[in-house]
Amino acid sequence: MNFSIPGVPHGVAQGETVAVEISTPATRKTALNAVHRQMGAKMVDFNGWDMPLEYPAPGGIIAEHNTVRTRVGIFDVSHMGDIRLEGREALAAVEHISMNAASRLAIGQAQYSALLYPQGTFVDDMIVHRLGEDDYLLVINAGTREKDFEWVREHTRQFDCRVKNLSDDFTQIAIQGPKGVDLLQKLTDVKLSGVKFYWLTRGTVCGLKDVLITRTGYTAEDGFEIYVPGDEKTSAMVWDKVLQAGKEFACMPCGLGARNTLRLEGKLPLYGHEITDTINVWEAGLDRFCKMEKPEFLGRAALEEAKAAGLKRTLVGLEMVDRGIARDGYKVLDERGGEIGWVTSGSYAPFLKKNIALAYVPPQFRDPGSTVNVEIRGQAVKARVVPTPFYQRPKKA
Amino acid sequence: MAYPSDLKYTKEHEWVKADGKNAAIGITHHAQELLGDIVFVDLPKVGAEIAAGKVFGSVESVKAVSDVYAPISGTVTEVNSELTSAPEKINQDAHSAWMVKIAIKNPTELNSLLSAADYEKFVAEEDGH
Repeated sequence: MNFSIPGVPHGVAQGETVAVEISTPATRKTALNAVHRQMGAKMVDFNGWDMPLEYPAPGGIIAEHNTVRTRVGIFDVSHMGDIRLEGREALAAVEHISMNAASRLAIGQAQYSALLYPQGTFVDDMIVHRLGEDDYLLVINAGTREKDFEWVREHTRQFDCRVKNLSDDFTQIAIQGPKGVDLLQKLTDVKLSGVKFYWLTRGTVCGLKDVLITRTGYTAEDGFEIYVPGDEKTSAMVWDKVLQAGKEFACMPCGLGARNTLRLEGKLPLYGHEITDTINVWEAGLDRFCKMEKPEFLGRAALEEAKAAGLKRTLVGLEMVDRGIARDGYKVLDERGGEIGWVTSGSYAPFLKKNIALAYVPPQFRDPGSTVNVEIRGQAVKARVVPTPFYQRPKKA
Repeated sequence: MAYPSDLKYTKEHEWVKADGKNAAIGITHHAQELLGDIVFVDLPKVGAEIAAGKVFGSVESVKAVSDVYAPISGTVTEVNSELTSAPEKINQDAHSAWMVKIAIKNPTELNSLLSAADYEKFVAEEDGH
């Protein structure tokens, strides 16, 4: 037996593939690292971070995934980066670097967006939170923390606002799933029913005052993320209290394995896979988060040109028809065996119980029902283009 | 984990249970532990020739893809098709979830495989480094 983790060729940057591999010496750790190890989590190197992939039985990726879909699971996502922009021209600064319209945010509201290169491709994706009148928090990816911070600082110099890297200040815990609201409500005085999806508030959590609580996540479920002080003692105390409070809901700690399959079922993009420095916004299908009615933002001019030129490739959802799992980097072939694209993410989908994938293909293959092949260990294996997202959470009655 | 002493093992984490002229082949408990939840098994067809040290199939978990090597050479006489629809049986009991049965080509190949005690030691060393 010999493990191999699917590669990512075709000019796609090596991204956040959660791989079974040995940690590098310069490994970074969250404040909860010792807690994960004590719980017996299988740890992996994730873009230089020593993170839990999955927890022991009754956990495991499939059980953790389905717990989030049906009840509630908790994740240590402290490796995510946080950049705060504050000051008189903070809004103008965010508007310049973000493709979405921060001007539409009320205080206490958040939105999905991205930092773009002038060529309309991705520096990173992010969630923009409006904390106060002239106060914004960008939550960015772990593997791109330094690059993003430098990018933001460099491109906001002309604005009267302070840019601070708060990435090491918080332990960020995600409480995800339909029972997430009931779990967190046991630990806070904030009335969570009043916080809508993609809104945020501050309140006491586990006895800690003024904790940032956002109704956001990366699982395609309802859920919250809380930002508590990043020291080990406080972090462990909160993690433990959340798990204890979750007992009545059969809550599980969840690792990056389930985080990846959950986001894939919901077609939430992952930097280095669906979005890279060579993929533009239209190709990634993120049109509705990109506000071309804004007169100016980094990448806008190139995107206007790209729109006029037309799409050369587009992101589609695939469901395997024949036996096989399409993995990141595998080639997509037409029916005659010609190479037409590549798989960006692919896995067994634990809740849907199907083998699914996301792939870039020419636009003529985009319609649901189109048939393509994925090359798996030298064999062409049939797949069908299907509507996305693969999974959508049920609407509340 | 106590590894059954009637099986022979490889450093690539396969096991073989020889019974006269025939043998069953699978992956070890340690292998399934490394892989996590197994969701896909690719096996050869009856009649296929497999060669010691060469890939004859693959096992995939949610996160990892793994080739499976033949511990010894032979001709496939039976394939455990139950694993196609229920690959999790390998997680549940790796040492009874055989993948293929073969007619042994060269019984002396068995002599170079690890005993249960040696394999257990090997796994402990691998974990320890």
